[in-house]
Amino acid sequence: MEVTVTVNGVEYRRETEPRRLLVDFIRTDLGLTGTHIGCDTTSCGACTVLLDGVPVKSCTMFAVQANGHELTTVEGLRRDGELSPVQAAFKEHHGLQCGFCTPGMMLVATALLGANPDPTEDEVRWALSGNICRCTGYANIVKAIQSAAATMHEGVRA
Amino acid sequence: MTTTHQPTTPFDMGGIGHSVRRKEDDRFIQGAGRYLDDIQLPGMLHMAILRSPIAHGRILSIDASEAEAMDGVVAVVTGEMLAAHDLAWMPTLSGDTQAVLATDKVRYQGQEVAAVIATDPYIARDAVSAIFVDYEELPAITSPQQALEEGAVLIRDEKEGQTDNVAYTWEAGDREATDEAFAKADLVVTLDTHYPRSHPAPLETCGVVADVDPATGEATIYLTSQAPHAHRTLFAIVAGLPEEKIRIISPDIGGGFGNKVPIYPGYVVATAASLLIGKPVKWVESRSENLISTGFARDFHMHGELALTADGKILGLRASILSDQGAFYADAQPTRFRAGLFHICTGSYDFGAAHVAAKGAFTNKAPGGVAYRCSFRVTEASYLIERLVQNAAYELGMDPAEFRMKNFIRPEQFPYLSPTGFVYDSGDYHTALRKAMEMIDYEGWRRRQREPHPEGKLIGIGIASFTEVVGAGNSRTYDIAGLKMIDSAELRIHPTGKAILKLGVKSQGQGHETTFAQIVAEELGIPFSDVKVQEGDTDNTPYGLGTYASRSTPVAGAATAVVARQIREKARRLAAHLLEASPDDLEWEPGRFFVKGVPDKGVTIQEIAFAAYTDFPEDMEAGLEGVHYYDPPNMTYPFGSYIVVVEVDPEDGTWKVLDMVAVDDCGVRINPMIVEGQITGGLTEGFAKANMQWITFDENGNCIGSNFLDYLVPTAWETPRFRLGETVTPSPHHPIGAKGVGESATVGSPAAYVNAVIDALWSKGVRNIDMPVLPHRVWGALNGVEVAP
Amino acid sequence: MYPPAFDYAVPRSLDEALDLLAEVGDEGRVLAGGQSLIPMMKLRLAAPAHLVDINEISELSYIREVNGHLAIGALTRHADVVRSEIVGAGCSTMASAAPWVADPLVRNRGTVCGSVAHCDPEGDWNSVMLALGAEVVARSRTGERVIPISDFVVDFFTNALEPGEMVTELRVPRDDERSGGCYLKLERKIGDYATVGVAAHLRLDERGRIGRAGLALTSVAPVNLEVEEAERMMAGQEPSEELFAEAAEIAARTCQPQSDVRGPAEYKRAVVRAYTRRALHQALATARGER
Repeated sequence: MEVTVTVNGVEYRRETEPRRLLVDFIRTDLGLTGTHIGCDTTSCGACTVLLDGVPVKSCTMFAVQANGHELTTVEGLRRDGELSPVQAAFKEHHGLQCGFCTPGMMLVATALLGANPDPTEDEVRWALSGNICRCTGYANIVKAIQSAAATMHEGVRA
Repeated sequence: MTTTHQPTTPFDMGGIGHSVRRKEDDRFIQGAGRYLDDIQLPGMLHMAILRSPIAHGRILSIDASEAEAMDGVVAVVTGEMLAAHDLAWMPTLSGDTQAVLATDKVRYQGQEVAAVIATDPYIARDAVSAIFVDYEELPAITSPQQALEEGAVLIRDEKEGQTDNVAYTWEAGDREATDEAFAKADLVVTLDTHYPRSHPAPLETCGVVADVDPATGEATIYLTSQAPHAHRTLFAIVAGLPEEKIRIISPDIGGGFGNKVPIYPGYVVATAASLLIGKPVKWVESRSENLISTGFARDFHMHGELALTADGKILGLRASILSDQGAFYADAQPTRFRAGLFHICTGSYDFGAAHVAAKGAFTNKAPGGVAYRCSFRVTEASYLIERLVQNAAYELGMDPAEFRMKNFIRPEQFPYLSPTGFVYDSGDYHTALRKAMEMIDYEGWRRRQREPHPEGKLIGIGIASFTEVVGAGNSRTYDIAGLKMIDSAELRIHPTGKAILKLGVKSQGQGHETTFAQIVAEELGIPFSDVKVQEGDTDNTPYGLGTYASRSTPVAGAATAVVARQIREKARRLAAHLLEASPDDLEWEPGRFFVKGVPDKGVTIQEIAFAAYTDFPEDMEAGLEGVHYYDPPNMTYPFGSYIVVVEVDPEDGTWKVLDMVAVDDCGVRINPMIVEGQITGGLTEGFAKANMQWITFDENGNCIGSNFLDYLVPTAWETPRFRLGETVTPSPHHPIGAKGVGESATVGSPAAYVNAVIDALWSKGVRNIDMPVLPHRVWGALNGVEVAP
Repeated sequence: MYPPAFDYAVPRSLDEALDLLAEVGDEGRVLAGGQSLIPMMKLRLAAPAHLVDINEISELSYIREVNGHLAIGALTRHADVVRSEIVGAGCSTMASAAPWVADPLVRNRGTVCGSVAHCDPEGDWNSVMLALGAEVVARSRTGERVIPISDFVVDFFTNALEPGEMVTELRVPRDDERSGGCYLKLERKIGDYATVGVAAHLRLDERGRIGRAGLALTSVAPVNLEVEEAERMMAGQEPSEELFAEAAEIAARTCQPQSDVRGPAEYKRAVVRAYTRRALHQALATARGER
């Protein structure tokens, strides 16, 4: 089947088998390897992408289902040559170690801050609860996201 | 002991003590990390493995004809085919052998039986379903106790001279002295506990891309490897390939925690397939494959006894261990120590006598025995002594903090020879515990615990005051598969004053690219941002044993400091030449030599580096570089005190952490931010094991815990919030006084959580609950109901 | 992990979907959120020959208030329910359950109707629907049926749909000013299935007695279990600690839990007892407008 999908603002048209998982399509067919695979059971969130702005697990969708939709992957977070506030905050607050869960975590955070510009710690932790990190113990991820929220407020005021 | 280490370099230079931000992060936050599964090579084929659905059975026949006929299938590999090349079996890291693909029997559910090589991973998976294997089922042995029963079916019937299911026996300490100590005891406290089977489960699973060039015979093997050099040597030995033709490249690794130390059958099959087919072959584990077949950890059934005086002194410890090894004895551990470094189980306490007897049994479970965020069975040891100590205090009617204070090794006793033969390098256990008690308001919680709870919940306070042993070797005592446990660093200063540091270890998220650059910054005054750290490519890094057991900073970190100091000495001679002064008249400050008493007259390290290639004395070799192989004189002994407060709901058995403080002492902290990140991660791992995370089996040997729906790992929601504290007791023998910290919190914290729950339930008569302390186990303990599993 | 091959169709309207389902018969499955189906296909526990993907039929995504009930369309995601003001104001039981279904990302994709149709006894929604006395609207090319939830849930992973039929809507009675409910779930972590889940719903009469009681349990029987005996026992009674304790006793006695890694049957009965009591108290407080 032919699939037309806009990823990070770029339109791609590809032929694909219906059973092809969206995550394999993104990683292998489009070569965007920042989206990762960490489990088989929709548990870990390493494959998180934004589908029309909403975080979903791309291992639990077929590529054909993205036809006509817009996706954002980690490669699309950087805008106009600048790291997004979430990306910058992850580095600043040591919100990553091995980096494997990081793309998913940052995409969830980006969607969260779009909907809730000033989340409490509990709200951040709740939003992240579909994503697994094995390295950090989450504390610095939470800190990074709350700090990114503060940065974005300053940006709005400035 | 001091409370913190004061940096001697400016922040931007980033020497020791600065929380500079990580250099590696730029690529990771942009999705530009390059992990194994991101590698695509021209013509690359994909491998999928057929695994045994049963725990024990004889293979009667394998019919792969339907799979072989499928479009896109290039080959189906069986054990018989490997046997023709003498590759059906391979050595393990503990001197046993392990089946690569089963030829005679399957010995655990999930064991590798055949492999499909296909043009596409989807097709490879389809073809696995089209291979048909007939098994004659045999009784499954699912516990080490069962394995040792009279008449138990022999699992390792292929092994010459093996007549029972015993994998090893081992002992440490002094049995007679221990018996004497127990004879003098007023009270003996015992504990039987199972440290359950667990799995490191890094978020990235294991994998390989084997690329054997048919024209040259050169093998480039991309591998999720924590120990690329050791793996190259073992590949050379296992596969009979000349070592100079093997290049292992370990790309960015998505977490290791010990899972990526062994060589797994999939690596060998993919390499053999690439060799035979002449094309690159990729194999990446699914999560299920990861959890059922590679890298289990723990699974120690432990019995401990403490001999005590009535006034609260420990006289001796007796411990006996029965370990569940699975079908092959494959522990990644130093050769001489059959139960790892479990004999560190005397912990932080000063007493004269201890004896440890260990036995391992083969069962119909996956092999492994990896040191999951742990320096070879140290967490099992720490758990046993810390649980015993708490129960001993209660039996004596003492507060467990007071009991610990009374029995701790005193600061003036270091270096301290333990009854099982370790020489603890430094420590100040009283101060760490006192600090943790102050931070959490220990007395305040004890008061609150005695007050009635409005909802009938029970408060518990648990302590663990652990001592770890990390940073193997020395080479006299420690080797793995014969390879001495040294590590190395190669440092080259470029003409413009920038540098490249090459290491034999391999980061999996620990931040080596930053931390090791900081050591160079400290020693040479070259800003850390100017130092590129290279790891993971065996053709381009010096030899080393790899990153596990918290050994990178203690060993490779020391090697880095030593080689940097050697280079600084050459720099001094170059500076003397440039300044037309005697080397002895020069003084060093970070980044610069100057003439004593004339601070204006000096040269920077960058100027010196340039001179090393442009203006060096005639009698001096050009260049500014060196390599050093570091053989540690001793291990390092990080320690700490953790205190947890929990609230238990007796109705449903759930418990939650109300507060937790962790005071760690890992000697000098190179990058405090990274150290705290390691500790927070480790505390979470400890919580996971105490609360939810384990692998178990049903009576037929079916693995329960084969995916993230059954093998529970905590999310941000369940994970407690931690408060961290530190003390700094430098290692006296390490060049920069550092000790290693990546595993302390995983090693030390499980006992703190469990002690807290038991503390809450002690007055109800509960003496022990094994990990994970699941709600139904708490409920069962409170209601006197036997719960299994 | 890779799913087996299948034929795929993506209709743009309900009628088109029903035509396709009629064509493929019992070889076909509706693909809605796919958050249970796709993992099962990846683990090769399910291998449907045809998938009819309804995700592009946006007319099926709605939460409406109609004649005293809430209508939930077939494409309504769990997250839509979490966010819905209509549900927040009109169905305390659903509002209380929604945040505990799966995890936040799965909730963004998985659908309520899909979960109801899945009939997994460890699923949360069917307990809520049983406690509320909801109805399932099923359509095929030949017509529409309205099926009481208690008839819709047939057995372990088995619903009352015929080949060619799909769930198009759930109809959930709206809370009035004297009713309220909640869902209590014991799970080991986010994303886990319930060890025990209890849905409780109470409607009080004008004198404050229990007019209608709904009580259903998750994960303790081959199907989501409506505790009818306790519902009947409570009807017409004055709410009290003793009454709720008795209802909890009945629930604990009626359920049929299995011993497994989530605990022995005896433990699950104890949790059913404790959570039923807690849930009824919470439902009462909501019905009385106290929370």
